[in-house]
Amino acid sequence: MKDTKHTASPARTPGVPIMDAEAIRRALRRIAHEIIEQNADLKSVVLAGIPLRGVEIARRLAEFIRDVAKIDIETGTIDVAMHRDDVGTRAELPVVHTSKLPLPLEGRTIIIVDDVLFTGRTARAAMDAISSFGRPARIQLAALVDRGHRELPIRADYVGKNLPTATREQIQVRLQNIDNEPDAVWLFKE
Amino acid sequence: MNWNRKDLLGLRELSADEINFILETADAFKQVGTREIKKVPALRGKTLINFFVEPSTRTRTSFELAAFRLSADVINISASTSSLTKGETLKDTARNLEALHADILVLRHSSAGAPQFLAQRLKSSVINAGDGAHEHPTQGLLDIYTIREKRGKIADLHVVIVGDILFSRVARSNIFALTKLGARVTLVGPSTLVPREFEKLGVTVSHEIENVLPEADVVNLLRIQHERQRKEYFPGIGEYTTLFGLTKERAKHLKPDCLVMHPGPINRGVEIDSEVADGLQSVILDQVTNGLAVRMAVLYLCGGIAA
Repeated sequence: MKDTKHTASPARTPGVPIMDAEAIRRALRRIAHEIIEQNADLKSVVLAGIPLRGVEIARRLAEFIRDVAKIDIETGTIDVAMHRDDVGTRAELPVVHTSKLPLPLEGRTIIIVDDVLFTGRTARAAMDAISSFGRPARIQLAALVDRGHRELPIRADYVGKNLPTATREQIQVRLQNIDNEPDAVWLFKE
Repeated sequence: MNWNRKDLLGLRELSADEINFILETADAFKQVGTREIKKVPALRGKTLINFFVEPSTRTRTSFELAAFRLSADVINISASTSSLTKGETLKDTARNLEALHADILVLRHSSAGAPQFLAQRLKSSVINAGDGAHEHPTQGLLDIYTIREKRGKIADLHVVIVGDILFSRVARSNIFALTKLGARVTLVGPSTLVPREFEKLGVTVSHEIENVLPEADVVNLLRIQHERQRKEYFPGIGEYTTLFGLTKERAKHLKPDCLVMHPGPINRGVEIDSEVADGLQSVILDQVTNGLAVRMAVLYLCGGIAA
C-alpha cells in the first residue's frame, strides 16, 4: 500500500538533490550517536517509526546504535493515520497501519522517528497514539529532514538536516528498501 | 489503493482489491482493541445514526461500539421509536436524520435495496447492516477476515456454507466476496432452501452434507431463520438437524484444521451441537471480535470519504 504522506503528486519540474545516500548515512549515524549520548539508559529506549519511511529509518538507526553501543535497541511502529485531526479535509484518506510497540510503555523513552518534519501535526498525532498505549517516561522526536513551517509548538530532539523551504515546495525522501530507488532526498519547486 | 466509496451497500460491487483493502485496514483497527485506551480520534465530531428498522442487538451493538472506538457520536433509532410507525416514509425519515447533520447512517431494513435507495438520495455515508435477503456486507467481511486470520489466505480454500441460503443475506455477501478472492464455495441444505439456481453465482450446490464435510476447510453454519420461514420450505427442526445439523458425530469427519463458523445467534442443538460450537475448531467468538475491527474499518473508510 502506497503511503501518500510526502509523495502527493509527482512534481513536473525536475527535483533538486538535497541529500544522497552517503549524506543520509552520515546524518543517521550522527543521530545514532546523539541518541546514545542523551540517553544514559539505552535499554529503556524504543525507536518508534512512523510508516512507511520512518519505520525504515528507525531500523537503520537501531543498526548504527548496535554497531556503536553494542546494544540491541527495541523498535516499533506507530500509526498516525487514525489519530490525525484532519480526516475528511485531505484529498486522500490516510492509509492506516498497525501500530506495534513493546508494552508496557511505563518507564520507557519513546523516540518518534519520521523522514520529514514539517507542520508538526504528524508528530502530535504520534504522541496521541503513543498515549493510548500507556504513559512512557518521555517522548522524543527524530527526523531525517526538518523543513520548517511548524503549525504546532513542536521541535525535534534529533535532526539529520535542517532545510529552509518554501511552503509550496515539496520534499521527497526516497529509501532503497521502501521505494526501490537509491537513497536520496529531493526538493521539488512545485 | 485509494478508497473512494462513501457507502457500503454490498460486497457484490466491490473489487477484490477493495475487499483486501478493507481487511488490511481492519488489521490496524483490531490492534486498537488491545490498547490501554481503546479509542482513537479518527471520526471525532462525526455523528453516526444506527437506524435499525428490523430488530438486531448483535450487529447494532457492534456498530455502536465501533463508532465509539472511533470517537463518533451515536444515536440509535429502532422501528418502534421512529416515526415510520406514524406513517412517515423511509426517505423522509432519512432526510430528517440528515437535516440533523448525521454523517453516517447505518441501516438495517427488511426490504432489499433500502440502503441503496437512501445512498442515492443522501450526502451522508450509508452502510448496509442487512437488507432483506439481499446482503449483509459487514458480516461477509468479518467472516472472511476471520478465515484469513486463521488460515492466512482465502484463495483455494474450500468454504462450505450450510443451511438457509435462500433467505440468507449473510450467505450472499459471503458468496460474492469468497468467489472474488478465489475460494471454492459449496452450499449445502435442503433443495427448497438451496436451489440449483445458486450455481449461476459460481458455486457448487449439494443436498448431502456427509460428502462435503471431509473436504471442507471452513464450515459456515447459518441460523435457521424461523422468522422468515414459511412452513412449506421446511419439514421440521428435528428433520433439519438429522439431515444437515453439524452434530458431534458429523464433526468427527472434519479435517483437523477445518474452521467452524456461525454468524450467530446460535440455535444450539439445531444447526450445531453445543460440543461443536464450543469446541477447538470453533471460531464463533473470534467472528464477534473481528466484527468490531471490520466495522471500524468500514466506518473509517466510508465516513472519512463522505466529509
